[in-house]
Amino acid sequence: MIFPIVRTALIGLRRDRAALALSFILPISFFSIFATIFGGVHDSTPKINVIVVDEDRSRASADLMRGLGREDSLVIRTRPSPKSKTAAPEPEYTAATAEAAVKAGDAPVALVIPKGFGQNPISFGGDSTAPEIQLLNDSSDQIAPQMVAGLLQKVGMTSLGPAMAEEGMKYTDQYIGGFTPEQRQRMESNLDWLRKHENESAASTSAAGHTAAGASGSGGPIAVKFRAVVGQDKRSPMISFYAAGIGVMFLLFTATNSAGALLEEAESGTLDRVLSSRVTMTMLLAGKLAFNTLLAFTQLAVMFLWAWAVFKLDLFTHIPGFLTMGLCSAFAVAAFGMLLASICHTRAQLGALSTLLILTMSAIGGSMFPRFLMPAAMQKAGLFTINGWAIDGFIKVFWRDLPVKDLWPQVGVLLGVGVVLFVIARRVARRWEFA
Amino acid sequence: MNLPSTTTSSTQISTKLVESIPLEVVSLVKRFGDLTAVDGVSLELRAGECLGLLGPNGAGKSTLIRAIVGRVIADEGRVAVFGAPAGSLEARAALGWVPQELALYPRLSCKENLAAFGRYHGLASGKLKESVAWCLDWAALADRAGELEKNLSGGMKRRLNMAAGIIHRPRVVLMDEPTVGVDPQSRNRIFEMIEALRRDGAAIIYTTHYMEEAERLCDRVAIIDHGRIIAQGAHDDLVRSVFASRSQVMARLAGPAGEIGAWVERHAGRMVDGAAEFTIEHPTQIAGLLDDAAKSGLELVDVTLRRPNLESVFLHLTGRELRD
Repeated sequence: MIFPIVRTALIGLRRDRAALALSFILPISFFSIFATIFGGVHDSTPKINVIVVDEDRSRASADLMRGLGREDSLVIRTRPSPKSKTAAPEPEYTAATAEAAVKAGDAPVALVIPKGFGQNPISFGGDSTAPEIQLLNDSSDQIAPQMVAGLLQKVGMTSLGPAMAEEGMKYTDQYIGGFTPEQRQRMESNLDWLRKHENESAASTSAAGHTAAGASGSGGPIAVKFRAVVGQDKRSPMISFYAAGIGVMFLLFTATNSAGALLEEAESGTLDRVLSSRVTMTMLLAGKLAFNTLLAFTQLAVMFLWAWAVFKLDLFTHIPGFLTMGLCSAFAVAAFGMLLASICHTRAQLGALSTLLILTMSAIGGSMFPRFLMPAAMQKAGLFTINGWAIDGFIKVFWRDLPVKDLWPQVGVLLGVGVVLFVIARRVARRWEFA
Repeated sequence: MNLPSTTTSSTQISTKLVESIPLEVVSLVKRFGDLTAVDGVSLELRAGECLGLLGPNGAGKSTLIRAIVGRVIADEGRVAVFGAPAGSLEARAALGWVPQELALYPRLSCKENLAAFGRYHGLASGKLKESVAWCLDWAALADRAGELEKNLSGGMKRRLNMAAGIIHRPRVVLMDEPTVGVDPQSRNRIFEMIEALRRDGAAIIYTTHYMEEAERLCDRVAIIDHGRIIAQGAHDDLVRSVFASRSQVMARLAGPAGEIGAWVERHAGRMVDGAAEFTIEHPTQIAGLLDDAAKSGLELVDVTLRRPNLESVFLHLTGRELRD
């Protein structure tokens, strides 16, 4: 008797496409997303964008920049990208523009090599007179500054051989009693050879794509001073990120579920009756879109109020930005829900499709794991999700303290996506209009 | 010089004529793929009249109603509601539709449901309040106004479903099998509601496959089968046109099934619900029928003589029972 029961259940499962999708497609797609993020099963190595400002313009600073440029895990930028391919190159970053760029989220880390660095590029034993390289960072990204600082020390050890030898000579000269002219000449000759060898070695290392683990940023031969330029006064760097990330993910579920009422109404005949009154399909869908937008916005507001009350999120100084991003995100997710509801024929179908799409979008779009920690290709993929744009906007508001006018890309995309999805939903809903 | 005024006058007359016909369906055809659900139906409904649309399941009643409401686009023919085409704003305002399904919001109370549908029909403030109160009263739900729809009994839900269809006080009401699944007591209450509507002057189309409902409520009956109206007229006229002065004999007999079958066949009768049915020109023919039964060794259990009814008409015209 067990076999007939198994057989019946199997037939049922085979015909329930929703259950099949949830059973097989969802786990595989989730596994693939997280394997791509964490498992290195991708061809794009996670890279950190680093802005480097060379105020010193010395041979040592040039060596250091060259060394940093050879690191596979870093993308060194000394000037902003040109506005178009044919446009003239932008001027090089200064300390001020580099700080502004980190604040704006263009890069998580900027290094400023100060004037006089070449005079005393490395220090042994915590020499307080050594000029410090400024490491400006965005404290929402806890990993990038540590990695850059470590690689800086590594580059110092591998790219500044001549500078280290020169520094050693200085110490010998100062504390042991100096060199004879003959010794000094021999040392200079050896230093020249070392510099030449350093350059040759660097070229071959770069060609081989060699990367080694770096040392800790603190206590190394290069003096580095960390300074968080974004979020330095925030209580907890990730609260605003997760309030936005989790909030948007659940907005998608709520909006889809609420839009599903349309399917129930179609099934019960209520939709037909409503459409036999003065209400047209466009009016009906617009009404439901308005309701779902308000519902989603209210849900988001409750989420952020909770974050303010319990986790001390600074909500009340960001009200204009919150309202802007909240309403735009709510509108986009409501339209997304309307589209799914109009595509599906039953609640079960809607449940399966929405779970599949929302969890995938949330994983790629950064609701579960910050996008800035993902590989470059995944970060770009996140731009195809509502979550990605909504979270970017909320981070601009709550993390970078940017004014509402700086939210235009996110506002534009979310509103545009919302309008397009609604227009498609309206078109698909024609199947309910007449027989 | 008089021509323009004559033209105007005839236009006015014609407009008045059109306006005097609440509902006109002309040569309506609706196909779903290979199936012709409505096949050239024409009918007319006058003010204060109740037209019964009688037919078995799948005959095309609901499709015809949905075409009148504008929810189904006809392939051929036309529908005019006080002269306005089906689906137009004027037609929607003049029509009230009570669908077969309980098309209500389960989580809304009776009052909230009625108010919602009233607003969809453009009612507001005082007028809406007044209409909701009237409908609650009409449906005998005033004391359950605050009850959620999902908590109502089957009969109450049916009454609320009807009330939601007439919340905007339409002049033409389409009722699609409003008594499906209700107990006799609730059915009587529904009949009273419909009779009250008729007294108020509403023109009603009432679809059913219950002959007794059509006989009680309707002035005229249109019998529909396979999407076509096969007979139309007042109840008595229909019966007379089909059976003239003939009567029907229903006889129950005990005996071998083969013998009963042969006896029924000999007298051009048919078996209906275990009884033999014969159409006779004169009551004196009964004696001959029973004599022949006795000669065949059949024992008479009971016999009745009756005037044919709508069900007989339907059976005669289609060869099928109404509930097939």
